[in-house]
This record gives sequence, structure tokens and C-alpha cells, in this order.
Amino acid sequence: MIHRALPALRAAPVWIYVILIYGFIFLPVGVLVLFSFQGSRVPVPPFNGPSLQWYEAVFTDERMMDALTNSVIVALASSLVSVVLGFLAAYALARHRLPFARVLQGFLTAPLTVSYLIIAMGLLITFNQLGVPKSLLTVGIGHVVINLPLCFAIVYSQMGAHQANIERAARDLGAREWQVLALVTVPMMWPALFAGFFLSVTFSWDEFIIAFMVSRFEVTLPVEIWSMLRTGLNPKTNAVGSFVFLISVATVLLLDFVVFRRKKT
Amino acid sequence: MTLPAVEFRDIAMRFGGKVALQGINLTIEAGSFVVLLGPSGGGKTTLLNILGGFLDPTEGRVFIDGRDVTRMPPAKRPTTTVFQDYALFPHMSIAANVAFGLKMRRVAKDQQRIRTERALDMVGLGHTAARRIHELSGGQRQRIALARALVVEPSVLLLDEPLGALDLKLRRQMQEELKLIQKRVGTTFVHVTHDQEEAMAIGDVIVVMNDGFIEDIGSPERVYLQPSSRFTANFMGDNNLIEGSITDAAGERIHVETTFGGFSLTGKADKGAKVALSLRPEHLHPDAAGERAKIGTAKVVESGFFGTHHQCMAKLDGSDNTVKLRLPQKQMIRPGEALTLYADPADMVLLTR
Repeated sequence: MIHRALPALRAAPVWIYVILIYGFIFLPVGVLVLFSFQGSRVPVPPFNGPSLQWYEAVFTDERMMDALTNSVIVALASSLVSVVLGFLAAYALARHRLPFARVLQGFLTAPLTVSYLIIAMGLLITFNQLGVPKSLLTVGIGHVVINLPLCFAIVYSQMGAHQANIERAARDLGAREWQVLALVTVPMMWPALFAGFFLSVTFSWDEFIIAFMVSRFEVTLPVEIWSMLRTGLNPKTNAVGSFVFLISVATVLLLDFVVFRRKKT
Repeated sequence: MTLPAVEFRDIAMRFGGKVALQGINLTIEAGSFVVLLGPSGGGKTTLLNILGGFLDPTEGRVFIDGRDVTRMPPAKRPTTTVFQDYALFPHMSIAANVAFGLKMRRVAKDQQRIRTERALDMVGLGHTAARRIHELSGGQRQRIALARALVVEPSVLLLDEPLGALDLKLRRQMQEELKLIQKRVGTTFVHVTHDQEEAMAIGDVIVVMNDGFIEDIGSPERVYLQPSSRFTANFMGDNNLIEGSITDAAGERIHVETTFGGFSLTGKADKGAKVALSLRPEHLHPDAAGERAKIGTAKVVESGFFGTHHQCMAKLDGSDNTVKLRLPQKQMIRPGEALTLYADPADMVLLTR
């Protein structure tokens, strides 16, 4: 009896700790989602829903829908560019002897350590100097700057000596360089490329600072939400916030399903 | 006169300041099974990589079927490789793995199918065509790698320690199979291994490599029975090397004075030269017969049963020398027992380097 009671006793603080931590992380999101279904005009207790009226308001708001479309375009395009560039850089550094390889690798991953605010300011100044007008394109470039290092790091970590030997085998059997890349390396690295792409999508999807500083008329969803928040709290912001959260979760789940299920088999 | 399948001319390979290969001259007859044998770091894999086109030699030239291929990339060479880790394509089916080389050579689709089937049947895995790599065992992967490399009908097949990852029983079985397949297809095989038993079991010719040099080239029997250097004598199986010097030399007849006594045998060496005699454990006998000379009395230090024989270490009386010898299967021997050892000078091989 003592032996069984003891672990349970010791487990109690553990469980309290776990509940506190997860509550701390998820309570704000839970409250946000809950009050997106609010019946009245203010997203504060008491809850008197559920109602879908705020979701309807979001999906009939033309500016909101434009911002949503912009966000999707920026997320997909910038992630695609990031994963392609990241893959090529990883392939070059993993498979060829380059002068100053360590330095090049350091510079490629360095943006991971720089705050988005600094990157955004740098981009803003650079675009101004070059006379590049603020647009969705500049937002996309900004997102490539933050996601390329991520894609590079993920793909590079998966390019081992075993994969190099498999590429050697392809060459040995008569494959030309482009055939090695297209028929062997890319299909073999597919899980890493997929992971890089979808992580980039989630980062781009809810990125605010860069999108805010380098865009003007065409804005992404987080920027649109921000301008909506300036007019005060309203359950519509909860609805659109919940929607953004839902898409992020769906992307991560899809990534988990495709990449990690594959690994198990 | 037929052209040799492979010819290495004055090959040298240096990595930075480190010499990996030096002065390699080697001719490989078409249709032979050649084994490059040596310890790791001996240069055998480097030589194989030079033949496959994965490394450019620092000096010298490589010919395949009489054609200079020294600067030719692997994709263009008439060679294919079975890699140590097999390097199969994990994202393709077995059939697609085997057909890969044919696809690269733009062989017609129906021909691809027929030749792939034939190659899979050859290695006894025709029924696995639709499966994926991870569904196969190590031995099966090994065969697929062999089928994939042979299906394109290379002039020379390179095998880079292909049996290293297999357990002993499977390895012995694959050795026999490799030998049979080689005889059937008639392709020149160049096989790298550090396992001397494997080398003797499968090779027509053994090339012993050490420290970037070729130590010895010859048939398994020749290399084992008449090793040409101390290194080969030691590396190929168990051996006793007896150091000594030439006290008398007259034509082909020499007299060697060693710590084991003096022996007269056939061989060529200058008087006064420091030499060694190679005496295999199976050539040391506990009884006198025929031309056997007495080596001395010895005390058994250690004894082990090896199935086909007993292997013993024995210390010669009045010296610090221990020798390795083999006693018959049924002769029980205990440490501490005394033996009188004899050997036929004809079984002793004179080693001058």
C-alpha cells in the first residue's frame, strides 16, 4: 500500500505543475476562442453565446478577405522560395568543399538569432535606399529572410554521409547531376523539405512586425487584425484570431501527419 | 591478344601531404575475380574509388578495356559499384532500384522490364519486385545492390566490402553466391575486403595491399603458400615468422641460421642477409616423418579447439620463442604438456623483405 501511495503523492505536485504550465500557455487562446462565439457585442464575461455571427461578419468583410488572400499568397510563395533556396544552399554546403564553408554556414543561419524587429528595420531602410515600393513582394522578401535560415538548417541536418553515398550510387549508375538532384536527392529529402515548407508557412502566416513595417496598401491578415484592434475590442477580432490560430494548428497537424507518420513506417 | 579489363599505370594518390597510394601498377585480366586485400588504411578502397571514378589520382593513368578513363566521371565509366552500405534508393521500389541504371542509359521500357526481371531472378529475389527497401533483410538488400549494379552489364563490377555488414554464416553463403554469379555472367569483379579468408574463398587473384603499396599479387594458393613478404606471410592466415640470417649460399641452395636452429633450403639470398622463415602452424608436427627436421622440445602454453583442429601456443625449451601449431582434431592436449616439434624445410618459405 505504501509503495503504491507514495508515487501518487509525489505525482500530485507534478500534475499541479503541468496544469499550471499548460493553463498559462493555453488559457489566453481558450478565452480568445470562447469569446469568438460571444452573443453580445463585447468579448468579456459573462459568456452568452454560442453564436456564429462574428464569424459571418469576418467572412463578409471585404478588407478582411483581401488580407486573408494576401496572407495565403505571401505564406505559400515565400515558403516555397525559402525551401528551394534553403535546399540548394544545404546541398552545396553538404556535398561540395567550398572555401570558407563554416563562415558561409554561419551567415546563412545567423538571421535565426536576430530579432524580427531588427530585420524589419533593416529591410525598411534597404528598400527605401533602393527605391523599392512597399508591397506584398517586400513582405514576401522579408519572410524569405526569416524562413530561409530555418529551411536551410532543417534540410542540412538531414543530409548525412549515407545520403551522399546514395547519390554516389546514382552517379555510378549513369545519372547526370540534374538527374541525381531530381530523381534521388529531392525525393529522398522529401520529409525535410516538407517540414521546412510547412514550418515556414506557419511562421509567415502569423508574422506581424515585418509585414507591418514593409507593407502599405496590400496588408496581410495579422496587420489587418492590428488595425482592427486599434478601434477597440470586439468579438470579431476574436473570431478572426481564432481563425488564424485554427489555420496554424491545421498546418502543424498536417506536417506532423505527413512527415512523422512516414518516418514510422 | 585480348585487352586487360583494367590497367593501373604508376598510380599515386596523395591527400594533402598524406600518401595514400604510391607506385601502383596493376593489370587485371578480363573475366577474373580480383580481390584487393589489406588492413584498413592500406589503400585498397582508395584504389577502388580511383577505378570507379570517385577519386582523381594525383599521378598515373587508369585504363578500362584499353581506354584511358583517368579523367572520366563515374556516370560515363563502364563500371558499377556495390557499396558497403548498399546505398539503395529508399524512396523507390525494388524493381525501380534495379531498373535505375537502365533508365539512365535510356534502354527501351519493355527491355528495362525484361532485364530487371532477369537480374532479380538471378539473385533469387524475383518475387520482391514491388516491395520497398525497408521491407528487406540485410542479405536481401545486398543481393538487390548486386542486381542493380549488374543489370547494366558493366565491364567491371566494383565491390566495396559488400559483405562487411552481414553475419558470418550469411557472409559465407554470399561469398559462394558471388563466386557463382561471377562465373555465370563472366564480368570482371574487383572486390575489396580486409578478410583474408573471404579473399581466398572467392578470389582468382589476390592483391595484397599495405601502406599504399602492393605487397603481393597472385593466386590464393601462391599468396598463402609462397608469400613474398613478411607482411603477406603475417596477414594471410596464421603464421610463425622465424628471424635469422644466411650463413651459406650456393646457387639455389642456402643455409639459414635461426634461433630455432639451422636449416638448409631452396631459395635465393646473399650470404649474411637478415631474413625470415615463414612456417605455417599446420606445417609444425609433433612427430618425425619423411624429411622433417627437429625444431626442438616445447611446452604447451595454451590450447583451443577449432572444430577441424586444435590450435596451440607452445614455448620452446631454452628460449623465449613461442610458436603456433595445429594438432589433429582428436589429439587432446593440455597446457603444460611437452611436445617435440618437427618441420619439413620444404614447407619453410624464405622471406627477404
